[in-house]
Amino acid sequence: MLDRIAALGRVTLDTVAGAGAALLMLLKALIGKPNVRKSWPLLMQQMYAVGVLSLIIIVVSGLFIGMVLGLQGYNILVDFGAEQSLGPMVALSLLRELGPVVTALLFAGRAGSSLTAEIGLMKATEQLSSLEMMGVDPLRRVIAPRFWAGFYSMPLLALVFSAVGIFGGYLVGVRWLGVDEGAFWSVMQANVEWGQDIVNGIIKSLVFAFVVTWIALHKGYSCTPTSVGISRATTSTVVTASLAVLGLDFVLTALMFG
Amino acid sequence: MQTASHVPSQSSSPCADDEALVVIDSIDFAHGFGAHQVYRGLSMRIPKGKITAVMGPSGIGKTTLLRLIGAQLRPQQGKITFAGVDIHALGRTELYDVRKRMSMLFQSGALFTDMTVYDNVAFPLREHTELPESMIDTIVKLKLEAVGLRGARHLMPAELSGGMARRAALARAIALDPELVMYDEPFAGQDPISMGVIVKLIKELNQSLGVTSIVVTHDVAEVMTIADYVYIIANKTVVGHGTPAELKRSSNPLIHQFLHGEADGPVPFHYAAPSLADDLLGAQHAR
Repeated sequence: MLDRIAALGRVTLDTVAGAGAALLMLLKALIGKPNVRKSWPLLMQQMYAVGVLSLIIIVVSGLFIGMVLGLQGYNILVDFGAEQSLGPMVALSLLRELGPVVTALLFAGRAGSSLTAEIGLMKATEQLSSLEMMGVDPLRRVIAPRFWAGFYSMPLLALVFSAVGIFGGYLVGVRWLGVDEGAFWSVMQANVEWGQDIVNGIIKSLVFAFVVTWIALHKGYSCTPTSVGISRATTSTVVTASLAVLGLDFVLTALMFG
Repeated sequence: MQTASHVPSQSSSPCADDEALVVIDSIDFAHGFGAHQVYRGLSMRIPKGKITAVMGPSGIGKTTLLRLIGAQLRPQQGKITFAGVDIHALGRTELYDVRKRMSMLFQSGALFTDMTVYDNVAFPLREHTELPESMIDTIVKLKLEAVGLRGARHLMPAELSGGMARRAALARAIALDPELVMYDEPFAGQDPISMGVIVKLIKELNQSLGVTSIVVTHDVAEVMTIADYVYIIANKTVVGHGTPAELKRSSNPLIHQFLHGEADGPVPFHYAAPSLADDLLGAQHAR
């Protein structure tokens, strides 16, 4: 019994210490006088690495998910003679939910795991220590640009995902199954609201971007600098970030639409 | 077990405090909330402009000592001063400013893998100076010339041999002309030619630039040829120090064991364990 209480205490202490370390890492990385001349090229480099290089997986996934939504939605709506509502159904599903959530899950798997592995390897090969000893703060030089790149990239990727998904729904619904094109777009335009749907989707994306990038960076920065340690940290990034996204999605949905 | 108090030269020092660039004053350090004590009451003086070797058996915490001097780690007791400044009392910004005056050659080289050798050496200059690229180019080529790698400046770190990577890292370490260079196991895993080259480079840098050097190593033969002063660490503290000639004459059994590479002595060959007979019988009973 005492052993179990001690184990519980240890886990609690580790969890609190880990959360504190993650928060401190982020605060130290982000708070300070910005140096635009040095930060801008680093930010662009990371935007390319985490944003541009994630475009393919986002576009392809968005297209297929939109096509599936179009097909499934049509099969359900046609029974009620409501196939003209296919446009808003596809658009609202993507803008409110699937765009931000699936983008965040794909981002965690593609860019998040890559960030963790990269920083973990930099730690294992003493590159972070050598930066410190050169008088260069690794939190400002390595962590900060990656964090901002993830934070700015993910909402843009989510918008791309939703746009491509809507196009996929259009291809299946209008071009293949024969839903009226005018009805598809006009009913969508009439039912999708800027504030309620698009802005809320962007807010969700920003929250997911913050959490996923933070988790990925912290897991890399705090990993045990061995091959097993980096492997565990990479897996942990994908699992933790995915669960955090799904949990937060419920909370945000309840706050926005509940 | 030999303790520091039994070492005849323990009370002496290579220099006065004001002639020392680094003063380590009775530090205690432990990893993991005291679970693993590394140092207890360790003191050292690192004289300005000299090569000081720090030797000791593997796993004794020699690299930890360099991380303490660089303030990557913080001692639980005692203090470390660099050029008269208590390095652990500094704020983050001041600490990073002080670190520009020191550098460290890591055992692995720690070159940035996504940059060429040239960009690695240029990195500290681009980060900490406002020099024009033309001047940075000149400095980088001169530093690479000093380590014999000017012709390899376009190579990526993955294309270098271990010895070349160590030399490239050395060029980067001296790019800003630091007052202190700390070498972490510079000879480990080197072939005899690379080892000879690195020994020569450390000596030349010290003589030509007056750089204060701390060489952490367990390669006795190499370091004794270039060191001005030597500290030997064991049992969590300094067990002996002096010039190489003084240490060679020492009758201290621990120093003798270390310098002559004897398998057993005050530093035991076996990790602490119950007797073999008890262990084997215990295992049989347990089975």
